[in-house]
This record gives sequence, C-alpha cells and structure tokens, in this order.
Amino acid sequence: MPMEFINKKLNKSTKLILTLLLVLACIILTYMLDKGIIGTSYTVRIVRIAVIYSLIGVSMNLVNGFTGVFSLGQAGFMAIGAYCVGIFTIPVDARANVYYLEPISDKIAGFVLPFGVALLMGGLLAALFAALIGAPILKLKSDYLAIATLGFSEIIRAVIANEQMWPITNGSLGLKSIPGFTTLFAPVLISAAGITLMVLLINSSYGRAFKAIREDETAAESMGINLFKHKELSFVVSAFFAGIGGGLLATHLTAIDSNQFKIAVTYELLLIIVLGGLGSVTGTVISAFMISFGKEYLRFFDAAQSIGGWQIPIFRPGLRMVIFSLLLMAVVLFWRRGLMGRKEFSWDGIYNFFRKWPWRFKKLMRGDYKTEAKTKRKSIAAGKAIDSAASKSKRAGRKADKTADREKKKEVKADAE
Amino acid sequence: MLKIENLHIHYGGIHALRGVSLDVPDGQIISLIGANGAGKSTTLKAIMSLIPMTDGRVSFDGTDITRMQTRDIVREGVVLCPEGRRVFPDLTIAENLTMGAYLRKDKESIAKDTKWVYDLFPRLLERKWQLAGTLSGGEQQMLAVGRALMSKPKLLMMDEPSLGLAPIIIKNIFEIIKEINQSGVNILLIEQNAKAALEISHYGYVVETGTIVLCGPGKELLTNDQVRKAYLGE
Repeated sequence: MPMEFINKKLNKSTKLILTLLLVLACIILTYMLDKGIIGTSYTVRIVRIAVIYSLIGVSMNLVNGFTGVFSLGQAGFMAIGAYCVGIFTIPVDARANVYYLEPISDKIAGFVLPFGVALLMGGLLAALFAALIGAPILKLKSDYLAIATLGFSEIIRAVIANEQMWPITNGSLGLKSIPGFTTLFAPVLISAAGITLMVLLINSSYGRAFKAIREDETAAESMGINLFKHKELSFVVSAFFAGIGGGLLATHLTAIDSNQFKIAVTYELLLIIVLGGLGSVTGTVISAFMISFGKEYLRFFDAAQSIGGWQIPIFRPGLRMVIFSLLLMAVVLFWRRGLMGRKEFSWDGIYNFFRKWPWRFKKLMRGDYKTEAKTKRKSIAAGKAIDSAASKSKRAGRKADKTADREKKKEVKADAE
Repeated sequence: MLKIENLHIHYGGIHALRGVSLDVPDGQIISLIGANGAGKSTTLKAIMSLIPMTDGRVSFDGTDITRMQTRDIVREGVVLCPEGRRVFPDLTIAENLTMGAYLRKDKESIAKDTKWVYDLFPRLLERKWQLAGTLSGGEQQMLAVGRALMSKPKLLMMDEPSLGLAPIIIKNIFEIIKEINQSGVNILLIEQNAKAALEISHYGYVVETGTIVLCGPGKELLTNDQVRKAYLGE
C-alpha cells in the first residue's frame, strides 16, 4: 500500500482531446437547450443569466482576485454597457412608446446600431470611464479604494436617473422594448470569448505582474513593476468586460432601469467570486452557475410555506437573500478560499482524484478504519497499563529520534565544511 | 559606483535619517550595521525611491538617481532584496524568478541567468514548480536573492538576509553572497548580525539614530572596541 499518493500527469494529447470533447459537449448542450430538446425556456433563461454573470464575475475577479485591488464599481460599469446597448438598439418606431414622458433627443432619435456594435461601444465606454476614474483612485489602498469605486457606481446610477438625462436615458422610467436574444448561442459565445481573452491576459507576463502586485506590492515595485500601469490595465479591461456583460444583461432582460444597477448587484458578484475563489477563473464560472440556478430554485424560501395548515412565519419575500448572506458568511468562515481557492480546473486534478478513489475504497473495504477504531476502544478498556506501556515505547522512540537527529546534524556539518 | 550624500528622511514629524553619506566602490561588499530603528532599512528604501527623501543626493555610476522612479532605478542596475524575504507566495519558484527579470526583454540572457541562479541554489531547481509559499525560510531567502539577481543588477542591496534563519543556513547564505560578489556584482548589505556581515565585507558603516557614527574596513570594525561592545556583545 503506497503511503504517500503520487500525482501523475496525463500527456498533452490526451488533455487536448479531453478539452475538445468538453467544448463539443458544451456546444451540443447549448444547441439542445436552444432548440428546446432539453430543458424549458425557463432553464434557457437561467443559463443565459449564468453565462452573463460568469463573464462579469471573471471580470471582477481579474481586478479583485488576480490584481488584489479591492474594487466594488462593477455595477456602474455594467450600467454604462447596459444603457449603451439599450439606447441604441431599441427600434426607431418603438422609441415614441418608450420615451413617452419626455421625447428622445433629436440627435439620437433616428440612430440605431446593430447589437454587436452597440455592445462593443458599451464596453469601450465603460473602459473609458474606468481609465478616467482609475487615474486618481487607483493610488488608494484596499478599503478606501472600495469606497471610492462604490461611490463611482452610485454616481453613474444617479446620473442615469437625472432629469437632464431623460431625453437620452429616459431617467427613472427605464428602457423597454430592447430586442432580446433570438438564440442562446449569442450570449454563450460572447461570454466564452470574453473569458478566454481574460484568461490569455492572466497567463501572459502582464498577468504574472498582476499576481505579483496582489501578493506583495512593495516587492513587486522593487522588481521594477509599474504598479499604477498594471492596476490601471487590469481595471480598464475589467470595466470593458463588465460593460459587455451589462449590455448582454440588457438584451437578456429587454427592459432595464437604473435601479437594477444598485450595490446589490455588486454584492451578488462579490458573492460569486468569493464563493468560487478569489483568483480562480473556473471557480468563478462554476459558482456563477451555482448561484444563478440556486437563486431560481431557492425561490420557495420567498413564498409562504405552511406545514399542515400552520404557516411558517419566516418564509416571506427576502428570505432568499438572507440565505445567500448566510451562505457567504459560512464560506468565509469555513472555506476561506472559496470552492477552488486560487487553483484552476485541470484534467490532471480530475484524473488524480479518481485514481485515488478506488484506493480509498479498497482501504474502506478491507476495514482498516474498523480495526483502528477497535484497538482504540480496547486501549481505553485496558486503561492505564497500556497507557504506560505506550509512553514507554514513546520515550524509546524519542531517544531513537534524538540520535538520528544528532547524526543528521553531523552530516549537515560535514556537508557545509 | 553608488554614492549617497547627506541623505535626510522624515517620517511624519520624526527625523529618521539625519545626513547619511556613504560610498559603494566597484567590486566590493559594503555593510551597514546598527541596532533596530537606526535607519538601515530606511536608507535602502530611500535609495530605491520607495519612500520620499527630504534632502540629499544619490548617484549611481555617475547618473543622478535621486528623483527617479523605482522601475528606472532597477533599469539602471540597482535592485533591492527586501527584508523578510517577501517572495510571491502563490507564484511558483520559476514564476518568481521570471518576475525578477520583469524589465528585461532579452530571452537568451534571461535563460542564462536563470541557469546561473539554479546553479547557485540547486535547491530551487529541485522545487521549480512548487509554490514559493510552501518553501522553508532559508529556501525563501535563497529565492529572494535569486529573484533579485534575475534583474541582472550591478548593485544588489540586501536587507537583513539572515533574519530568522538557522545559523547553518546563515553561513550558507553569506558564502553565496561572497560568491555573487566575486562574479562581479557589488553588494550593499544591511545586517543586525554584525559579526557575520563584517567578516565578509570590505568596508562597513555603523548607523545610530539616523547618522553614521563609525566607518572603516570590515576586519578593523570587528576589532573596534565600540563596535564590540555595542553590537557583538563582548
């Protein structure tokens, strides 16, 4: 029986084939969901939300988890992207209905952009704002930075709802009649592409510098890393993808208003990245799916429930969020680094996990655990006699250890000389 | 090579350095010794522009580096191996070394230097793919020195390389410092372990409450009564 389990590595071509198979499986799954072969339109909606949150979650993790910059401005960047897509994709003939209180500004009244262009513009606009506010605020540290970014995101929301912005944003009435997705492939592919780009960035030399800054700013600076430049880069890229994610969200919901981009959204994203693991892309994606599905299937907490005619008092709208908060606390307390920590999904990891399995299973079948428990019980029954014998043998063992130590020291000394 | 003239630093209201001047000539190991809070680390941080200086002038190889950005100073060939190791714990050893060469573009010479670092510290080669946080204190110190060397410095500044290490490992580290110096890198060493530092230094400075109170060749300082009393506990 091997005492220490040795991890084995798969060869490269096997991994490539497995990865291709996984991608193929995802495509087939998406196709089946899209065509209604499996799941309902409800499932499709949840999957859409999940992939959009994956993208935004990874973008937030890029700043918070990989660069170690505590930013809480994601909702603001999402709002910019969402409004950009919303304003420019509503069909011209539907606009009079949307802007019914105050007509849309003449300058943009007849101006419609294709979805892709509007989405890209939303991302770029969010990135531009990030670049502008990044210059002053990225010099701040940890909690101060969090407050500044949070403030920024609230400012964006206030500006959107502002009276003077009504001809453009329709203020607190929000936007509706935004053309929705016709296929599940659009959000899935856009999110996948965005996440892939961010992974490439993380694995580049820039990404290594991000991680170095996260681990130790002073040491990173002493190595000659330009702290500001890298923080700004990570912040801007993150804002870009948050903008894209916001745009996707607007298209998914087909109706948006500024209240949807409150702090609660940032908080939810924070839950996703903390649960998935700060500094893990795959963790973020897994937890985005878990949270999105969980949020829907935990809805019974929000509805009144009764047992045999007696209505349980705590089951009421809002309990779902309490459960989420408890979940976050539990993760922080017991599972500090989230599901994946800073690790990523790897075929080697899966392979080794299953290789360990049968061995564990065999051990269980042989009853190693049982005998162990038996001897323990016996020793308790036998009482002191065994205890003293054990301590004797322990003492002897210690003696042996000491001599071994001395010998080792001698060896080390000889080596040094 | 490195010349510091009349360096003054203020931390809030505290006058931490009161006119420190020192020289690091070509090809030598210079050490700066002194008690806790004397201003040793502050001097190094000021040279690297990690903290702002109130007054003074620092020049390296004839260039004035007083007001330069840290990264430009690293480019000039000065590097700091910070106190308490400060390796990047969640990066592998290989990645830590790559970070050291961050400002360099020439892949071939980087590969050559990586090999050199692994030759200096074979332990690191064995654990190339291990996370730096899982290394022992001594190994982390080796990695910190190796990482600093990866920037191909002309002057390596070390802040307390012996901090919290077992005597046998300290001896090992100081041997390697000598070896690095012999390969053509100047060294400015900061130590509380005055004996070990002065033994390998060509020249030493003693700092006390922000000023240099004594200087002289390493061997001479070792026999100096004042130094023996204050720092060697004799």
